[in-house]
Amino acid sequence: MAWLKKLVGAVIVLGAAAAGASWVLSAPVRLDAGTVADLSPGHAARGKRIFYAGGCTSCHARPGAQGDARLELVGGLELKTPFGTFVPPNISQDRKDGIGAWSEADFANAMLKGVSPSGEHFYPAFPYASYARMKPADIADLYAFMKTLPAIAGKAPDHRLSFPFTIRRGIGLWKLVYLSPEPVIALPEGAPDKVLAGRYLVEGPGHCGECHTPRDFAGGVRKGEWLAGAVAAEGSGVVPNITPQGGTKDWSEADIANYLETGFTPDFDSVGGSMVDVQRNIAQLTADDRAAIAAYLKAVPPHPNGYPARKPAS
Amino acid sequence: MRKLVIAISMLAFAGSAYADPIQGRQALMKERGKLAGQISKVVKGETPFDAAAVLDALKALQANAEKFDVDTLFPAGSDRGDTTAAPKIWEDMAGFKAAEDKFLADTKAAVASPPADVDALKAQLNTLGGDCGTCHQTYRIKKS
Repeated sequence: MAWLKKLVGAVIVLGAAAAGASWVLSAPVRLDAGTVADLSPGHAARGKRIFYAGGCTSCHARPGAQGDARLELVGGLELKTPFGTFVPPNISQDRKDGIGAWSEADFANAMLKGVSPSGEHFYPAFPYASYARMKPADIADLYAFMKTLPAIAGKAPDHRLSFPFTIRRGIGLWKLVYLSPEPVIALPEGAPDKVLAGRYLVEGPGHCGECHTPRDFAGGVRKGEWLAGAVAAEGSGVVPNITPQGGTKDWSEADIANYLETGFTPDFDSVGGSMVDVQRNIAQLTADDRAAIAAYLKAVPPHPNGYPARKPAS
Repeated sequence: MRKLVIAISMLAFAGSAYADPIQGRQALMKERGKLAGQISKVVKGETPFDAAAVLDALKALQANAEKFDVDTLFPAGSDRGDTTAAPKIWEDMAGFKAAEDKFLADTKAAVASPPADVDALKAQLNTLGGDCGTCHQTYRIKKS
């Protein structure tokens, strides 16, 4: 864990040197008034697609829940990471324990800026660094859909993090470096609509890069190794390289789309690990959405694996 | 050369009980994948629906599931070696066995009511494929 010590050291040094300036720079920044004013009432029917693209249930459903019970977004899953244990909160419509009392603007600030209604930073374990690329109209639709979901009382336990990650204000500095609404991959002029649509789904709501891209010392995604795969941040094992140089290089676009629909790889292995929930969510989207994701994955720059080679049996 | 030796020893084991439980369980899983592949090709319309052939594949899946004896194939200590089996299997043996039992029950149900058309087969494959994912979600680790 030498890197962790280095990280802690770096954070402390940086913190001391720039204490004054960082207090100003780390202040939570909300959406500007114009963006908030442009939020029109959303459509729940359209929001359902965004809900499944966003994979909200994967972290916020009660751990182990199946079927319709997955729409009870009480939180409580434990994500054990090198920074500590994150516990996704209750985001059901309960007014006290969930987000039932949130306005549309509150919700948009959480999704796009990582700021809570009380003006605190959320930890980026909540993947707003990806959601920041979403269209405000989709946020409005998602808000409308989530209004149709049940209110369930009960607070999830707090995060259990180690110092210095306990200081939320520090996330403000993290955001200066890593939070941007710009696309990760600049596609050439005249790129097909399908690829652009796939880019939006993958980089924005789908937040695929959060697990499939290696992270740097501060827990930010290394955009230069976008989708190259990574050692799993949570649990053990690896998250595969899904660039055209990874394990999926021989998969056709149809193979990728079929995998996302059925959970079977072209050689009929099955989806596993945390991808199981992701695949089941993506299976709820349209065939066009899955084809768009596949087209984008074929268009991203190839990279070698972002994780060490598998060690031979010991 | 080493590969050749491994290939020959694998042939020697084929058809009989595997000396190595890791190889044994991997061979059964590979066969499952192959059978799922045959069925999936029919669902995708790549091979025509032939009720007899489909039933044979489903029966083969059931036979495979019956051969999948967890106690023999996942003895204590076989979490080490060239395996992607998750340690969770040995921490929660009851849960793992329940997942395997569900797959066996679902193959039996499929064989007991053979699908009459592609749509019926598709529903069965969804159930069986769902079993694959549910088990691999918790009890398998991706290593490469």
